Amino acid sequence: MASLRELVDKLKVPFQPGGKLEKLHYVFDGFDTFLFVPNETTKPKGAQIRDAVDLKRLMITVVISMIPCLLFGIWNVGHQHDLATGGGLELIDKILIGLKITLPIVIVSYAVGLGIEFLFTTLKKEPINEGFLVTGMLIPLVMPPTIPLWQVALATAFAVVIGKEAFGGTGFNVLNVALTARAFLYFAYPLQISGEVWTYLGDATTVNGYSGATALALAAQTVEQGTSVVSAFAGNWMDSMFTSFSLFMGTVPGSIGETSTLMALIGALILVATGVGSWKIIVATFGGAFITAAAFYGSANYVELFGEYPGMAVRIILFILAIAFTVGFGFLVKNKEIKYAGIGVGVSLILFTALVMGEASNSYMAMPPYYHLIIGGLAFGAVFMATDPVSAAHTEAGKWLYGILIGTITVIIRVFNPAYPEGIMLAILLMNVMAPLIDFYVVKENKKRRLQRVTAV
Amino acid sequence: MSKVIKITKGLDINLAGKPRKEVVKGVKPDTYALKPTDFQGIARPKVLVEEGDKVKAGTPILFDKWKENVMFCAPVSGEIVGVIRGEKRKLLEVRILADAEVEFESFNTYSVSELQGLNREQAQEQMLKSGVWPYMTQRPYGVVADPEAEPKAIFISTFDTNPLAPDFDFMLKGEEQAFQAGITVLKKFTSGTIHLNINANAEVSQLFEHAQGVQINKFAGPHPAGNVGVQIHHLDPINKGDVVWTITPTGVVAIGRLFLEGKFDTRRMVAMAGSEVSDPKYFEVYQGAAIKKIVEGNLKQDHVRLVSGSALSGNKVELDGYLGFHDQLITVLPEGDDYELLGWALPTVKKHSFHRALGLLSFLNPKQEFVINTNTHGEKRAFVQTGVFEQVTPMDIHPMHLLKAILAEDYDDMEALGIYEVIEEDLALCEYIDVSKHDVQAIVRQGLDLIRNS
Repeated sequence: MASLRELVDKLKVPFQPGGKLEKLHYVFDGFDTFLFVPNETTKPKGAQIRDAVDLKRLMITVVISMIPCLLFGIWNVGHQHDLATGGGLELIDKILIGLKITLPIVIVSYAVGLGIEFLFTTLKKEPINEGFLVTGMLIPLVMPPTIPLWQVALATAFAVVIGKEAFGGTGFNVLNVALTARAFLYFAYPLQISGEVWTYLGDATTVNGYSGATALALAAQTVEQGTSVVSAFAGNWMDSMFTSFSLFMGTVPGSIGETSTLMALIGALILVATGVGSWKIIVATFGGAFITAAAFYGSANYVELFGEYPGMAVRIILFILAIAFTVGFGFLVKNKEIKYAGIGVGVSLILFTALVMGEASNSYMAMPPYYHLIIGGLAFGAVFMATDPVSAAHTEAGKWLYGILIGTITVIIRVFNPAYPEGIMLAILLMNVMAPLIDFYVVKENKKRRLQRVTAV
Repeated sequence: MSKVIKITKGLDINLAGKPRKEVVKGVKPDTYALKPTDFQGIARPKVLVEEGDKVKAGTPILFDKWKENVMFCAPVSGEIVGVIRGEKRKLLEVRILADAEVEFESFNTYSVSELQGLNREQAQEQMLKSGVWPYMTQRPYGVVADPEAEPKAIFISTFDTNPLAPDFDFMLKGEEQAFQAGITVLKKFTSGTIHLNINANAEVSQLFEHAQGVQINKFAGPHPAGNVGVQIHHLDPINKGDVVWTITPTGVVAIGRLFLEGKFDTRRMVAMAGSEVSDPKYFEVYQGAAIKKIVEGNLKQDHVRLVSGSALSGNKVELDGYLGFHDQLITVLPEGDDYELLGWALPTVKKHSFHRALGLLSFLNPKQEFVINTNTHGEKRAFVQTGVFEQVTPMDIHPMHLLKAILAEDYDDMEALGIYEVIEEDLALCEYIDVSKHDVQAIVRQGLDLIRNS
């Protein structure tokens, strides 16, 4: 170790102030501090000891938590290829196909992103920040397997430059960087990120009756056709493709790393156990999605579930009760976290009664609510995207409302907007923008309590 | 009679090398020092002595232009051997070569019954000129108490929850009379309550629980439950415009001695503790002692950092340095100025962390003692993680929003977010656990200075 340190110290000389490569000091510093925790000690005044954990440790924990998703995704790319082409491939072949598709995307994402980070670190003369370690892994996991590599590069560059560095770098971004990359592609190159792009086919011919549609797309189609979602899933070209078990496991077409609810939950377990990800946001997002989906389900199946009911008066009373519930939580509950969670739940209830009053129903709404949690990228988004501490709500109370609204908006977009089959991306981006507003009100309450103390005496 | 206030948020850092309850008497440090840098808000100290002057314990050494009647006095008798100044002639310390036997200036003495009849003016006059006044700290800002103010309450924390903290109950054994006299004197200064905050988890303290004329409050929980700022927040929070005073039990005893015995007697115990100390224990010295005689021969190795005060909010001192005015603890930590290969990534059970990202299994061994060196364990970054400062701040405050308001120099926000309720030590744990390695305590002081000078 000592000799390695000597080597690094020797290499360091030209990068020091006054050296030939002085400008690249922080680039070298990035590698140096990655290899060695620096010999920096605490200041003479203040805390003389510091916690052993730093941002690097935090970021690498997030990367580790994504590994199950990555590994499963690699296999699943091969598996989907196999299903679509009827090839009967061995496990190892599936993995090799998956690697062939996935690795270049990962490499391009990291190469472009880190390249830009090093460029900015040199320009700004600031130490490099570890944030991209996580972003660089998230971007490939939300890309379809067929995405052209140049688009990955372009989207990464856009997200890092416009989404992050323009705001001042890691810690200052308003939007989740990886989702910015995905949204950029979604709006700039919709052809390559929607439709039949979720299965890598290569040159192989597909089996009879093959369709590359995802569960989300099938469910969205039922709105026009008026058939039930469950029967649409069952009537897929491959019968067992969209059972709730395979949806949960993730053996379905979709973005590389986001199909498996199980793997996302393993990631969630790692994040929550290590305290790196906020369990409140994860629970709230799942909860918000489920409550909203249940409200839709309830209103679409109102008659079947609750029987005939006596007219408009009951519905209006229900509506008023839902509003009273929300307002009551807003004004009466002292505990901040329960209060904000209550407001979030109340929003769903108002929605429910409003829908019942309008007698709204479509076949997507009638889908059993738990399906919403396992189709598409909701689990992945809830665990890895919504929990990004920089773009999420910063206050503990705010995290409840933030998460519940992400879940709610995701389901609303899915059910009512056939143009955007996947709602979680837009829901998180929208709530990223709203998060500072939520925090503003949470903090304002704290200020108000402090003021009231004075007037109360 | 008294309620127990349970503190749930916080963190006890279980450092190795806690002091044994044994006192070494008769250590005679050669020199003592008075350091104006130990006090916040002293802008223009005027030195009253010159090198070569003879002083007694209680002889005024300096005062500040801010409050000219508050005298900072010599803790021991002897000869002034140095008036040390730093950059821009800033006064750093006044050194005294101590006599073999300490001689005291004599002040008025009072019997216990006479003390009851004393009024504020008489008490204040004696306290201002004798050197005990600076023991009283004023909140907000954590500055020396203003003699013209009337505090709405006075708070005394009788226990310290900092890592390796000394035990006041042990250090002040036998001082019941002086302590009670000190309380009696303090009563003159406020029409409000004197809060005596004791540790609900410790054994019943003879010294503190029988004090008269105070309201006893019990606190239970991890650090910073012993911080007086946290206690104030739970008892009677500081609002804009409020003034409260705080004082350590040692300060109360010094005031008591002044009135009972007529002398400025700063004799006190000091603990020397830490993983690098051969035999951690207590020493009896006067305020501001040179640490050399205490430390020498009691270290396991030379590459250490000596800290006057606690590991969380103390000051680094050199071997020829002096104890701080309020400090009763010398913490000795291993210096951490070495590189560590992949130190941030490798799994280990030896390092201490608040975060489970490192200490995932630490709950299996809750009694583990840690050796923590002075390495920062990472470099400074922008704020990223949220929701953790709140877990170690048992106050209804949003620490990160407050810190950001300070950095943005937003006066209104600082005020609204509760800057009057904190001083550095109250957010010291935030500094310890911060993964982005900010100097939280320096930021807090920056904010306090901004508000105070506005």
